[in-house]
Amino acid sequence: MGVVKGDQMILNIGPQHPSTHGVLRLEVMTDGEIVSQIRPHIGYLHRCFEKHSENVTYEQVIPFTDRCDYLASMNSNFGYVVAMEELMEIKVPERVDYIRVVMGELNRIASHLLALGVYGLDIGAFTPFLYMLRDRERILDMFEYTCGARLLYNYMWVGGVSHDLPKDFEKICIDFLDYFEPQIKEYNNLLSFNKIFVERTADVGVIPADVAVSYGVTGPNLRASGVKWDVRKDEPYSVYDKFEFDVPTGTGKFGTLGDCYDRYWVRMLEIKESIRILRQALGSIPSGDVHQSIPKKIRPPKGSIYRRTESPRGDLGYYIVSDGTPVPFRVKMRSPAFTALSCLDEVSRGWMISDVIAILGSLDIVLGEIDR
Amino acid sequence: MTVDTLINWFATFGDFPVLSFILAVVISGIPLFLVMALNAMIAVYVERKVSAFMMDRIGPMGQGPGLHAGKWGLLQTAADAIKLLVKEDTVPESSDKFLFKMAPFIIFIGAFLGLAAVPFSSTLQVVDFNVGVFYIIAVGSISIIGIVMAGWASNNKWSLYGAMRSAAQIISYEIPAGLSIIVPIMMAGTLNIQELIQYQNGTVWGFLPNWIIFNNPFSFIAFFTFFISAIAETNRTPFDIPEAESELVAGWMTEYSGFRWAVFFLSEYANMLVVSGLAVAGFLGGWQSPIPGLFNTGAWGLFWFMGKVSLLIFVMMWFRWTFPRLRVDQLMHVCWKVLIPITMFNIFGVGIWKLIFG
Repeated sequence: MGVVKGDQMILNIGPQHPSTHGVLRLEVMTDGEIVSQIRPHIGYLHRCFEKHSENVTYEQVIPFTDRCDYLASMNSNFGYVVAMEELMEIKVPERVDYIRVVMGELNRIASHLLALGVYGLDIGAFTPFLYMLRDRERILDMFEYTCGARLLYNYMWVGGVSHDLPKDFEKICIDFLDYFEPQIKEYNNLLSFNKIFVERTADVGVIPADVAVSYGVTGPNLRASGVKWDVRKDEPYSVYDKFEFDVPTGTGKFGTLGDCYDRYWVRMLEIKESIRILRQALGSIPSGDVHQSIPKKIRPPKGSIYRRTESPRGDLGYYIVSDGTPVPFRVKMRSPAFTALSCLDEVSRGWMISDVIAILGSLDIVLGEIDR
Repeated sequence: MTVDTLINWFATFGDFPVLSFILAVVISGIPLFLVMALNAMIAVYVERKVSAFMMDRIGPMGQGPGLHAGKWGLLQTAADAIKLLVKEDTVPESSDKFLFKMAPFIIFIGAFLGLAAVPFSSTLQVVDFNVGVFYIIAVGSISIIGIVMAGWASNNKWSLYGAMRSAAQIISYEIPAGLSIIVPIMMAGTLNIQELIQYQNGTVWGFLPNWIIFNNPFSFIAFFTFFISAIAETNRTPFDIPEAESELVAGWMTEYSGFRWAVFFLSEYANMLVVSGLAVAGFLGGWQSPIPGLFNTGAWGLFWFMGKVSLLIFVMMWFRWTFPRLRVDQLMHVCWKVLIPITMFNIFGVGIWKLIFG
């Protein structure tokens, strides 16, 4: 941090702190309440994901991807299997693609619900957090019904999914959506349009579009800055090109374009878009066998692939190098939360300690994915 | 039951002024402490249940005495209290140990002294000062010394931040609180709490009880400015920035555990009782019945007073589980640029009102 002058103080936020969203340490240079510099220290949750992957077979990598972004495991699986199928040139049955999209969008809703609820908690509102977790619980119940797991699913396999959809899943899911859509209004009344909440988040921690692009910020954080970039729309994978949905971007609803409120609000709008995709997908899931194109032995040809998908946190990319053996030569994961965290220092300079917590919460980082 | 009556009663046995004074203070102090403890226990239980119902939870539950937390979790706070008492009393190595140990007592004294002048009913009041309102406002500020002491002695950056924020907040909000309570004082023309409550006897506008809040538009506004300032003085949401858990871990209480922390807790809830009591006495007719002339005597006074106080405490809890938290500068903005001008205007307004209608 360099020289600490007499009226300055270094404050360590974390690794044990209620609102660092995991084990993150922020070394903050403060002058009273004003923050002049932040240095994030990461790696407390490092589990050697990439090195592990070089010592296990391709299908054994999938459970590790679960544990990277543990709030959106389905989307982590999704990215890996899409990259693998492209590398091996496997065409999966359409039913598999539809199931994957349904699961991915459900998990996106679950992840955004947690992000928004925890954000309320960071600002000091306790109740919305429990309301959102109550509804997230029903999504987890559906995952449990489908694949037996509630957090780490290992559901998507190369060439298929582990279990077919259970009986009446479509109906259960539609029932949930019918229940859930009016709930968004309740969240908005309780938290989104609360005067104090707007005061705390609007105009705070503005990320201009050029700064966001230069730091490689992606996902809702980038869209909140007004850049209309969504991998599902711009580089469609799976069957996303068959669905009609909008890409919500920040508008500076209560303040400046790209402030904390915009990042919050974009996530709220994305939940609505996910519901739209789900309604379209659930109505038209084709029949078929979900296991038919799973290869007996995964031995991709020599070569490499980089494929990115849209996880709830942004561009989740997998770079896979194959040397023709059943064990990957190299697996590299491009973590969207990592790039989001990297812009924290520039964005939060000059703001107060309370605002740093608000900015960090609005970036929606998952330390499991940053440290890998 | 005031201290004075006790002293007079002792005087009938002989002339021991010092001894009878000490006896009277101790005898009236012990029930006061029990009130404080009981208030904290009930309030913590209610807070748990209220928050649970607001959050779509059921809160503490249990099958029966001896198992878990008793029926409907009624024994939850007793279990909490026992847990806090048997916890290890940790004092950080690098702290200023004397100040660290002193701080809880000073905060406790502030809350305890305030409780002494709360008029539970027309006779149930430990000390009936002729400057009771002024006294409660004054001893309420003692706790700041304890908070700054706790924050400084802990030798922890979070504690220091919490203490500095708390000191700034409480000192600032004393001003709108004091300026708001001037309105009832101007109208009743007395600083004595019992006389203030007596003034609110009868009816106004024909059907409403003659409480100061209903008396004129300025006193109506003054009640709300006082209540907002009171919430800020007790460090409750949306003004809980000194102990903002998502920013400052636990603020000035970060390093405290066990009984010392329990004393903070006790004082916080006692402070809620004191400021609500003052709000009730100053604006809501104190122990007067809401239906003028009905059930207005004796023990009913205690019932009405505690009922009104409980209502205000419930509103505080309601706020806590609904609102997010303000930022430090926004908090100061609310105090200096919004509340103080309103209260100033109120004082002029009520003066003119008194000239014309009074």
